[in-house]
Amino acid sequence: MKKMLAAAVSRVLGGGAQKPASRVLVASCNYSNDATFEIKKCDLHRLEEGPPVTAVLTREDGLQYYRMMQTVRRMELKADQLYKQKFIRGFCHLCDGQEACYVGLKAGANPSDHAITAYRAHGLCYAYGLSVQSILAELTGRRGGCAKGKGGSMHMYGRNFYGGNGIVGAQGQIFEAYNMAALWKLPCIFICENNRYGMGTAIERASASTDYYKRVNFIPGLRVDGMDVLCVREATKFAADYCRSGKGPIVMELQTYRYHGHSMSDPGISYRTREEIQNIRSKSDPIMLLKDKMLNNKLSSIEELKEIDVGVRKEIDDAAQFATTDPEPPLEELGHHVYNNNLPFEVRGTNQWIKFKSIS
Amino acid sequence: MSPPRGSLESDGRFEETSLDASSFTPLFILVTVREAINQGMDEELERDEKVFLLGEEVAQYDGAYKVSRGLWKKYGDKRIIDTPISEMGFAGIAVGAAMAGLRPICEFMTFNFSMQAIDQVINSAAKTYYMSGGLQPVPIVFRGPNGASAGVAAQHSQCFAAWYGHCPGLKVVSPWNSEDAKGLIKSAIRDNNPVVVLENELMYGVPFEFSSEAQSKDFLVPIGKAKIERQGTHITVVSHSRPVGHCLEAATVLSKEGIECEVINMRTIRPMDIETIEASVVKTNHLVTVEGGWPQFGVGAEICARIMEGPAFNFLDAPAVRVTGADVPMPYAKILEDNSVPQVKDIIFAIKKTLNI
Repeated sequence: MKKMLAAAVSRVLGGGAQKPASRVLVASCNYSNDATFEIKKCDLHRLEEGPPVTAVLTREDGLQYYRMMQTVRRMELKADQLYKQKFIRGFCHLCDGQEACYVGLKAGANPSDHAITAYRAHGLCYAYGLSVQSILAELTGRRGGCAKGKGGSMHMYGRNFYGGNGIVGAQGQIFEAYNMAALWKLPCIFICENNRYGMGTAIERASASTDYYKRVNFIPGLRVDGMDVLCVREATKFAADYCRSGKGPIVMELQTYRYHGHSMSDPGISYRTREEIQNIRSKSDPIMLLKDKMLNNKLSSIEELKEIDVGVRKEIDDAAQFATTDPEPPLEELGHHVYNNNLPFEVRGTNQWIKFKSIS
Repeated sequence: MSPPRGSLESDGRFEETSLDASSFTPLFILVTVREAINQGMDEELERDEKVFLLGEEVAQYDGAYKVSRGLWKKYGDKRIIDTPISEMGFAGIAVGAAMAGLRPICEFMTFNFSMQAIDQVINSAAKTYYMSGGLQPVPIVFRGPNGASAGVAAQHSQCFAAWYGHCPGLKVVSPWNSEDAKGLIKSAIRDNNPVVVLENELMYGVPFEFSSEAQSKDFLVPIGKAKIERQGTHITVVSHSRPVGHCLEAATVLSKEGIECEVINMRTIRPMDIETIEASVVKTNHLVTVEGGWPQFGVGAEICARIMEGPAFNFLDAPAVRVTGADVPMPYAKILEDNSVPQVKDIIFAIKKTLNI
């Protein structure tokens, strides 16, 4: 019995990172297999019913969500550090505080579902399967980065994941998208990560209505507690089922919060108070909320979660080590990947005598 | 916001003048490009109540790059307006306001975002006076940082000088130093036509001397007139915006080798002051153009074409040479970015090649 449990926990701790569990199983084995939680009812727009108000969390899932959220959190904090050390340049938009959105989304969707997002992308990149190493190395502009160092923070792509995009501000464009999605009944979930601010402007100063889930008269919507990973998961499952059943698009507004400012050049305290930030941290932190749920329902122990923390810290440190030592992309590749499926040609450099080879 | 006042001593020391009115005779002051634009806008807002500024974070945040610092505090909600993140929307509102008789300054946080609104800039602003047979002027200024910054990657590094310079009906200016910045923004605001002001983020914090003329509230730099920043006899080097500084650096280096470059700061992209460039080429017989934008259909390409069409062609002893950004979307990695923007060494190389040295 003990051996089976040991093997089971080893498997779970190994998780998705394919790392061999290197720690000894804690002697006490009275963890529950799962627990049921009440979750916040979603506000509904043009929907008779919403997602369920209870959710079952298995021990295995709980440990996985915890590990993933902790990984995103530590990865973003490491990026903050690397930016201050000038290993990362340009723009860097961090998503710590919003971890439950990405992990819950991934938990509720299928691996074959495609996604696209704006510039605050690192968390979703990780949820979509990009390794911490490839993300950090892309941030530091090295050849081991997921875009070979050519894209940077806002331009990371992966399988079924279309980035990472730098230009937003699409209040008109989104309505065009809403119209066509509804007209043609496209199975599309429009997700709004409502973190209360657009750059340095509070939503009340920028939006005539801040009920984003109700924005579209002809598309149903949900407003979801984006700090609770279970709430996000259930809402995502509900929304995905809705789309897959052929009913058309749906809007999902996740109420969340970002601890950092808009980007690394924004201290984030000229338009909001430190008290507000501290309040969210102490009452609504997504990782803390999950941890409490798991501990209070014997789904895990403090020691076990600490072990996961140690493992995550190591993963991030190793990734950062790689990201700061991997060489930059070779100069000869400056011209590559201008066109796809093209014969090689020459790209002009800063004058007519400098040429770079361009291959697809 | 008071810049240091004083004089540059002959041994290179900057001696700050005490602010005692009786002994106060400033020879020049140091003003950053950011302060210069701020001053220019402040003076025009004060001079004409029809002038107002709108854009993202321009009011309560003091401007994403702090260019509009203090203006909201001074002029309030009616003159300094924070917009939602909706370029097409607020550019359209600005153009409408201009048509109705106001004088808006519409800020794009960078000109990359102007692509969201480019239909309003071109079809609603640039073409309207012509399409209306001279009935409807559009006295609007579109301003913001243009071109490459540092490490901001492909979607945030494009230079729009060629795109906007292509369109009749628009005026397009590209300041380099603080005097350019202040004088051109003031001229742009007073101009009854749509003017695109292409600033440069990396220049915002750079201080320059401000002459006593520049300190005046009526200091204007005329649109459509280039400035010869450095006289020379061997070669004409033409540039706009930040690369002008690189050209002057290259000229200093080459001067030690006996090569005297004439460096021209275009200041205006459209209408282009080709006459100043022609007169210089007639004198030097050699031409190098330098710009941050892509080579194809760029500012340098237009200069070369116009030189061919005019009297200066017969005075060229060698083909004109263009130094430009590399013909790729701006890469992020530092080594690749450094090789995708014109450096001083590229300018020196091009000059020597042209002079066959």
